[in-house]
Amino acid sequence: MKQQANWSPYDNNGGTCVAIAGADYCVVASDTRMSTGYSILTRDYSKICQLAEKSVMASSGFQADVRALQKVLAARHAIYQHQHNKQMSCPAMAQLLSNTLYYKRFFPYYAFNVLGGLDSEGKGCVFTYDAVGSYERVGYSSQGSGSTLIMPFLDNQLKSPSPLLLPAQDAVTPLSESEAIDLVKTCFASATERDIYTGDKLEIVVLNVSGIRREYMELRKD
Amino acid sequence: MGKAAVDVPMKGGFSFDHYRRNEMLSNKGLKPPSFLKTGTTIVGLIFQVRILGIYSYLRRCLFNSPLMFAFYVQDGVILGADTRATEGPIVADKNCEKIHYMAPNIYCCGAGTAADTEAVTDMVSSQLQLHRYHTSRESRVVTALSLLKSHLFSYQGHVSAALVLGGVDVTGPHLHTIYPHGSTDTLPFATMGSGSLAAMAVFESKYREGLARDEGIKLVTEAICSGIFNDLGSGSNVDVCVITKGQTEYLRNLQTPNPRTYVNERGYSFSKKTEVLSTKITPLKELVEVIEGGDAMEE
Repeated sequence: MKQQANWSPYDNNGGTCVAIAGADYCVVASDTRMSTGYSILTRDYSKICQLAEKSVMASSGFQADVRALQKVLAARHAIYQHQHNKQMSCPAMAQLLSNTLYYKRFFPYYAFNVLGGLDSEGKGCVFTYDAVGSYERVGYSSQGSGSTLIMPFLDNQLKSPSPLLLPAQDAVTPLSESEAIDLVKTCFASATERDIYTGDKLEIVVLNVSGIRREYMELRKD
Repeated sequence: MGKAAVDVPMKGGFSFDHYRRNEMLSNKGLKPPSFLKTGTTIVGLIFQVRILGIYSYLRRCLFNSPLMFAFYVQDGVILGADTRATEGPIVADKNCEKIHYMAPNIYCCGAGTAADTEAVTDMVSSQLQLHRYHTSRESRVVTALSLLKSHLFSYQGHVSAALVLGGVDVTGPHLHTIYPHGSTDTLPFATMGSGSLAAMAVFESKYREGLARDEGIKLVTEAICSGIFNDLGSGSNVDVCVITKGQTEYLRNLQTPNPRTYVNERGYSFSKKTEVLSTKITPLKELVEVIEGGDAMEE
């Protein structure tokens, strides 16, 4: 019999991530359900990881790969701190994440990330990625199992300027911080209604001048 | 088969007209459309409670005979289902009905492809109705069971309906499970669908003989909730159907344990509607020559 390659190291643990950048804040959110197939593995698993003082990454996909990725980024950030004696900026972390993903171009990390944070001017920034490191700076983004439900709603509410415009326009959204948090809560409550892999609890991380803050909201548990 | 049978067009049954075409297309890599599935937790149980009663109160008064006790038996079947229908990872219906009517004294929970469970229960329920007209007797659960299993067996599992059939007839309460290939079980308690393991865990730990009606409803609800919360294919609300001798109660949305978690008080506005920029109507009569009273199309 002919030998076949039926080795499949990947799994999909579901979950949804959203990030919104404002003029002086950034909101990064994701649900806390981790599942496989039709089973829930845990209802309380954080998909959000603080990579540096002002950069936070939310990742869905295969959580084993996500953890491996987080570990690499933490190590690279420790080296950066030793060499430069400062925290990495969010745009620098964005480039590092892209390079780390592309390094495994032909055996990718099965991770779909959004990176949120504040840039060197204190403005909110969001970077959105595919699994092999293609990335873009945007005003808002959504990744994961519920992204197809959330993204069109965000597009409607937070229409962003074309990236082709000259001079380059600010990608940040016009909402206030509390409005953005409300929007995120609505997004997740709605996505949970229709996506079986999203639910249990919503974790919201808010970055602004005064630092970093966490909020939680209950979601449907069915 | 006689010649007459060949000339007469086929009545009933499925049409396999596009089978070869579809097989060719899927060999070339076309993905067939996905169907509405009821991810589903469905359960059923038989309850039977013996109530100690005074058997011959009247006779004692009249003839001064000794007091006699006997058991008054109240028994029946309880069916339960969740209300989520899915299409892959998307919830297609948040509050669908999975407990189908078969006869006034028989109901049937369906899991699998929504169209199949609906069609197969509708078909058998109308056969049962005709059978009742013919015999002037209440339908029996075994009749429904035989009709369902022979239909499912003849389609070799392609009609993907997994059923929990329950009812009370002249011979007492009955509960059966029917698998898509046509095999059946006769059980005191049963579960089916993707949430069957979660629900069976509850039944196996808490079911006992001699459950009362309300205890039965509570246990069925708990089993369905176990499916709703632990199986991603099941969700939303709990439907229950209680069938006893001469009475059927359909308790639609008996529990609604999953309300919406957040509503923004300010609401949302959707700024710009799609505008109609120009309108042009071309009357087709001007473009073609119309022949009045032409030949009618064949067929």
